[in-house]
Amino acid sequence: MSKYNMHILVCGGTGCLSSQSNLIVENLERYIKEANMENQVQVLKTGCFGFCEKGPIVKILPDNTFYVQVKPEDVEELVKEHVIKGRRVDRLLYQDPTTSEHVEDSKHMDFYKKQQRVALRNCGFIDPDNIEEYIARDGYAALGMALSMSTQEVIDEVKKSGLRGRGGGGFPTGLKWEFASKNAADQKYVVCNADEGDPGAFMDRSILEGDPHSIVEAMAICGYAIGATKGLVYIRAEYPLAVNRLQTAIRSAREYGLLGKNILGTDFEFDIEIKFGAGAFVCGEETALIHSMEGMRGEPTTKPPFPAASGYWGKPTNVNNVETLANIPVIFLKGADWFASIGTEKSKGTKVFALAGKINNVGLIEVPMGTTLREVIYDIGGGIKDGKKFKAVQTGGPSGGCLTEEDLDTPIDFDNLIAKGSMMGSGGMIVMDEDDCMPAVAKFYLEFTEEESCGKCTPCRIGTKRLSEILSKIVSGKGTEEDLEILKELSQVIRDTALCGLGQTAPNPVLSTLNKFEDEYIAHVREKRCPAGQCSALLQYKITDKCIGCTACARVCPVNAITGAVKAKHTIDQEKCIKCGACMEKCKFKAIVKE
Amino acid sequence: MSCESCTNELTKSLYLELEKFINELPEKRGALISVLHKAQSLFGYLPKEVQVFVGKKLGVPVSQVYGVVSFYSFFTMLPKGEHPISVCLGTACYVRGADKVLDAFKKELGIEIGETTPDGKFSLDALRCVGACGLAPVVLIGDKVYGRINTADEVRKILSEY
Repeated sequence: MSKYNMHILVCGGTGCLSSQSNLIVENLERYIKEANMENQVQVLKTGCFGFCEKGPIVKILPDNTFYVQVKPEDVEELVKEHVIKGRRVDRLLYQDPTTSEHVEDSKHMDFYKKQQRVALRNCGFIDPDNIEEYIARDGYAALGMALSMSTQEVIDEVKKSGLRGRGGGGFPTGLKWEFASKNAADQKYVVCNADEGDPGAFMDRSILEGDPHSIVEAMAICGYAIGATKGLVYIRAEYPLAVNRLQTAIRSAREYGLLGKNILGTDFEFDIEIKFGAGAFVCGEETALIHSMEGMRGEPTTKPPFPAASGYWGKPTNVNNVETLANIPVIFLKGADWFASIGTEKSKGTKVFALAGKINNVGLIEVPMGTTLREVIYDIGGGIKDGKKFKAVQTGGPSGGCLTEEDLDTPIDFDNLIAKGSMMGSGGMIVMDEDDCMPAVAKFYLEFTEEESCGKCTPCRIGTKRLSEILSKIVSGKGTEEDLEILKELSQVIRDTALCGLGQTAPNPVLSTLNKFEDEYIAHVREKRCPAGQCSALLQYKITDKCIGCTACARVCPVNAITGAVKAKHTIDQEKCIKCGACMEKCKFKAIVKE
Repeated sequence: MSCESCTNELTKSLYLELEKFINELPEKRGALISVLHKAQSLFGYLPKEVQVFVGKKLGVPVSQVYGVVSFYSFFTMLPKGEHPISVCLGTACYVRGADKVLDAFKKELGIEIGETTPDGKFSLDALRCVGACGLAPVVLIGDKVYGRINTADEVRKILSEY
């Protein structure tokens, strides 16, 4: 690092790459070379900065200048002004939405102020493809420390930290390791669950893309603790970039003697293999995941036996999620006491959330457990898009529930979320505003679980289908009040009788929206009205007095439902109208309204 | 293998390559999913003949191969179009109007999810989350990501690029 006096970090996460951040890197390298400064300025493609809303992000060190929404054609100016003349390019700086002032560096951005980055500590700081950058930030030192301890001491350290599984269940990680360690066998396995299936959550992908070595190191530590020599990463085939970076990381770790035989001069042996998923949400469940790794249909089996006793090919197996593992090296570097000092009484450390939906700052954030929803949505997330009113936030994805305005000041941790009828899940947070119809949201999630149900047990296979059918009926205006009772009863039955976590939690979005927004359901079934104005079957398109009779709408209507003389106000035949919205889109005079 | 595929030199070389991949596996046990990934990357899809071939080479009943192929959404038994279109229907895209984007594609192309246009140019699929939620709603055409698509006009504009 010493020979360069300036580092330009360009985000190479999936979001920014989709907005041509690759070209930005190429252009930077070209203009810097033209200025003969390639020995003074280093250009790095890093992992995700988290501020995806304003990507592509370019950050310049040492002064932390934070440029947003940079286009490849902005690079010439950036190099000539900032790099050569040392003058910031104001128009590319982040503009504070409340004060409209340019914010010069990331340390003063509200988005970052309340964050504490532990699992994401290296994302956006290092070149993920370069093992030496990871080592320079104390990488693999935790493995060295662990190897000098006894296996029980390693497990005790993790137990003392209070770390709980970040994939959804929240089971104490140290305890899980202890179970696997106590089951004697000729072969044991460490599995990293990177089958991130919750739609709208992308923290695991970002960690693998931005800091793959932390996962390699954590898996090796776990291998040592439980007595396993083999690690497997089960990853979605839909994440090609993460796969690629992980492969590079494993290869470099082998070259540096950090994987393989006699790691760091000890007797410890460990190696990692990658297994591909093929798109099945249920494979996030550990027994289903193990069957999928064995090349079979990813159907779950009853527990016990737990994987810690009989997992991959019947051997003791420890399955941890990516974010859980990313915390492991820090626990050793800074100590379990330090880790346990962050968070709430029963939820220690930090949690990564993927903020998405109707929020100003979409992105990946990491906050201490116990941070309130209000801080996350308003301080970090910058509030609701287009000045609309906050309605609800769905946490825990298809297995979770929604939190509303009255929950804004609840400290977020595992137990509080469950008490509020939702769950932590993997950390997806989908923000919804006044325009979102809650029965329609519940239907969206149930269609998802219906499609993703593996079909093995009846409550889930048939129950989710029935739930989704009843919800369809309600949003299309054909529901009855009796349907609401059936929804509740059926949800309870599925919750009590389904085989695995997917089925047991599938009714959560229904129960939670019914509980908090029962009035919306009642409006749908009793008055055949959608208060949010989203359910098209319950809406009528109407032509107002703004109509000048241009006939454009009548010509575009696919069912000839619009009539009227030229230069006179038109009318829509509600019997014929199929509510496609083509007329409203076509009207230049905003004379067609939906109500 | 049907007789047609025997005479087709291109298909024959694909089968040879798949066979080589299978023979070079360090262990055949549990390899079914990785073999199917390889097969789909070679053939573009997994027709019955390919499934029979995989089953025979791995010593696995074809019923089991079919069971796995039909279980996972990544595997397809129908050929994709030249430009496969995937509309993200993840939650973040959904609340930002992905269902309307999907409808616009259906209307423009005249096909439903899982179908291919008669000229073989486009196929339409829905997928769950590419993790580019900052760009929602998102559409993938081949490997190219299109973000923040809001109107039917934008859909038409994107299609006109192909």
